[in-house]
Amino acid sequence: MSEPEQVWICDNCNIPLQPDKVDVAYMGNAFPVELLKCPNCGLVFIPEDLALGKMVEVEKQLEDK
Amino acid sequence: MDQKELFALEQQCIQECAPPCTAACPVHVDVRAMLAETARGDFSAALKIYQKVVPFPHILSRICDQPCQNVCRRGEIEESIAIRALERAAVNHGELPEEKKRPMPKRSGDIAVIGGGISGLTVAYDLARKGYKISIFEAGNELGGGLWKADRDYLPAEVIREDIEVIYELGVEVDLNTLIDHIHLFELRNAFDAVYIAVGPHASENFELERDEYGIIKVDPITFETSMAGVFAGGGLLWGIEMHSSVTSISEGRRVGISIDRYLQKVSVTASRVNEGPYTSCLYTDISGISPRPLIQMGDPDFGYEWHEAIQEAKRCIQCECMECVKACEYLREFGRYPRRYVREIYNNLSIVKGTRYANTFINSCSLCGLCAEICPENLDMGAVNLKARQTMVAQNRMPSSAHDFGLRDMQFSNSDKFLMVRNAPGTAASDYVLFPGCQLSASSPGHVEQVYSDLREQLSDQQVGLMLGCCGAPANWAGRPDLFESILSAWRTHLQAMGNPKVILPCSSCYQVFQKHLPDVEIISLWDFFDTHGLPAEVTSANRTVSIHDPCSTRYESHIQDGIRHILGRLGYQIEELPRSRERTTCCSYGGMMWLANPNLAEKVVQKRIQEGETDYVTYCAMCRDNFAGRGKRTWHILDLIYNQGSDEQATRRGPNYSQRHDNRARLKRQLLTEIWGETMDGSQPYESIRLNIAEDVQAKLEQRLILVEDIQRVIEYAERTRRKLLNRQTGHYLAYYKPTTVTYWVEYLPIEDGFIIFNAYSHRMEVPGSGSS
Ligand code: SF4
Ligand code: SF4
Ligand code: SF4
Ligand SMILES: [Zn+2]
Repeated sequence: MSEPEQVWICDNCNIPLQPDKVDVAYMGNAFPVELLKCPNCGLVFIPEDLALGKMVEVEKQLEDK
Repeated sequence: MDQKELFALEQQCIQECAPPCTAACPVHVDVRAMLAETARGDFSAALKIYQKVVPFPHILSRICDQPCQNVCRRGEIEESIAIRALERAAVNHGELPEEKKRPMPKRSGDIAVIGGGISGLTVAYDLARKGYKISIFEAGNELGGGLWKADRDYLPAEVIREDIEVIYELGVEVDLNTLIDHIHLFELRNAFDAVYIAVGPHASENFELERDEYGIIKVDPITFETSMAGVFAGGGLLWGIEMHSSVTSISEGRRVGISIDRYLQKVSVTASRVNEGPYTSCLYTDISGISPRPLIQMGDPDFGYEWHEAIQEAKRCIQCECMECVKACEYLREFGRYPRRYVREIYNNLSIVKGTRYANTFINSCSLCGLCAEICPENLDMGAVNLKARQTMVAQNRMPSSAHDFGLRDMQFSNSDKFLMVRNAPGTAASDYVLFPGCQLSASSPGHVEQVYSDLREQLSDQQVGLMLGCCGAPANWAGRPDLFESILSAWRTHLQAMGNPKVILPCSSCYQVFQKHLPDVEIISLWDFFDTHGLPAEVTSANRTVSIHDPCSTRYESHIQDGIRHILGRLGYQIEELPRSRERTTCCSYGGMMWLANPNLAEKVVQKRIQEGETDYVTYCAMCRDNFAGRGKRTWHILDLIYNQGSDEQATRRGPNYSQRHDNRARLKRQLLTEIWGETMDGSQPYESIRLNIAEDVQAKLEQRLILVEDIQRVIEYAERTRRKLLNRQTGHYLAYYKPTTVTYWVEYLPIEDGFIIFNAYSHRMEVPGSGSS
């Protein structure tokens, strides 16, 4: 049970999250990213290392564009 | 910022002015660079720099009259640099690489040079290299003219011949033993496209050119054009005496070359010809800290400097430059250049349409402290430039929200019901005075605010003293938000009017600066001036201790406040050891301009540098300065610590409250004052505020560093528990929820416990994702 999709479940819908394309947006730019997502209600999961790593990097790039 | 402003600002920074030596040199040898290469031992590089502007290096490095030496700044300390001797050393010890056979440009035109002296040779050299066809007519039996009159010990015949050889190599036609006197000038002019007359002091009567009353041929002093089109004159004939400065002759020859080239290319001969000859440098260089270094003597004066001697002598060069502001400001140093370049980069950043804006971080990292303007010999204020740039970025909708968001939200908190409060003294309808402690003193030492307010009411017992809590609006100004700033200012205006326009008593110098600059109609007094004139509120016990004062950068031009502080310290029995930078040269603690938000790494360097400037304990009178210093282990008191608590060790080392506690302290201060003094209660708290959190210390530290407040976490949990929108980790059993109250999405990992929630982790991002419940 170490695969992330088996670890995380949506508490409300009580089903495991599944990888899916999700639209993220910043400063007027939107693009699809593959994330874990509740197939029922759409709640997503962004892990800490993604939020503090890649996401900050892209945020900075978009800010300077 | 438009182009005109940009140019004006660029001009203001004189860092790129040539050093005095180069400006005084008639051909502008880049002496500074040449000596830097020599000091490194790279004589070939030095020679390359020299030869770039000197056509006959062996000759000139022996006989130049070196006007550069008279103005060399080293000469103000002891002896000027031996510049010519080092040029000779470059010639002696350096080697030029085999010149690459590059295709010679082919410009068409036949040019006659009358006279084979050094100025004529320079014209021939410069123009032959451009591809013109040159004919030199020399009356004597050898090229060189006046060079042959120089002392042979200095300038042996073979040196002259070897250096001049290049003229033949360039394919210049040389007619020796050819006296031109008997030919009429117009015939020559017909045979050639341009003529340069450089025949020495005694020009022929046959040259039918306009002359002055002494019979000297008239020329334009910049272009050397005579009264006949296409005919130029220079050298000794203009002075009527034998030329003695060969470098001046070369310089004139070079300028004539430029004129002839432009004349033949049919472009303006006169356009933008500034500083071609010697001029006075506009560079500023502070030489006050430079220690004497004696002139290096030559072991063998006939040969000149040995290479190791030359290196030592070159090391005496100060490498003149300004860089005053860069030396003083850690921020300007951090980005590796200087204002002239920075201004250009800012301009590019603001005018770019597509592409990367490289200067965003630069613009937002300045503390706007104004030290640069104070230090700069031309008073260039990079703080003002950066503030304007921020305003432009905001107006262009190009300001990254990450730059100032946290600071602006902190300000918003202070001006919300949580902290904002305006009251006349209980039972009164107007005030003579009002205490405005500001947001940061209230956050850092709420107890002192209560104390000061009660003491002021006692000291001014026959007058009415009101109280106004809130943030002056400085962060809005720093963030380049004039609209927001103005709305805050106008709120203060309205409140003060309603109180009967009382005099505002200000402990915080940032507030003081805002009121003074932006609310000029409001009467203000610094609390320290007040204590200085009205006496101290508490009983004085003599401390008999030495301290150093950190003047907050916002007091830079408020010497009366600085004096007031020094008087108060004197009265309290403190001796003062002034820091090297104090008063109008004081530095920012890194809070100013929100540098600490835009560039935390730089802010850290700035604080570290400041706390290392003095050994003794510091005293300051801004809560942010104090917390910044003490938070990094520098014993620092707020002046109120000394007035009220005799400067205890505990207060000198006390770390300031964290960001969440700062909010709490403000809110509590308001609640307390309202209950105790006005007998009112505060209502209207949000549901999330009652959520109790259990946060371990290491998590707490992480939150602080990530700029996540307790209230942010409370909001996430309140939202997640209310809507059940949360994830469950089946391994740990922890919940993970996310919520975006305004611009930032916060993620919180938590577990409910009996009377609240344990917090395991929290992080945030600005990118928007679906399901963040944003309002
Ligand atoms: S010290 Fe060096 S850079 Fe300054 S004037 Fe003298 S030679 Fe030039
Ligand atoms: S102090 Fe700074 S801005 Fe002023 S002239 Fe010197 S380098 Fe330029
Ligand atoms: S931090 Fe201060 S000294 Fe440095 S550039 Fe900004 S305003 Fe000038
Ligand atoms: Zn779901």
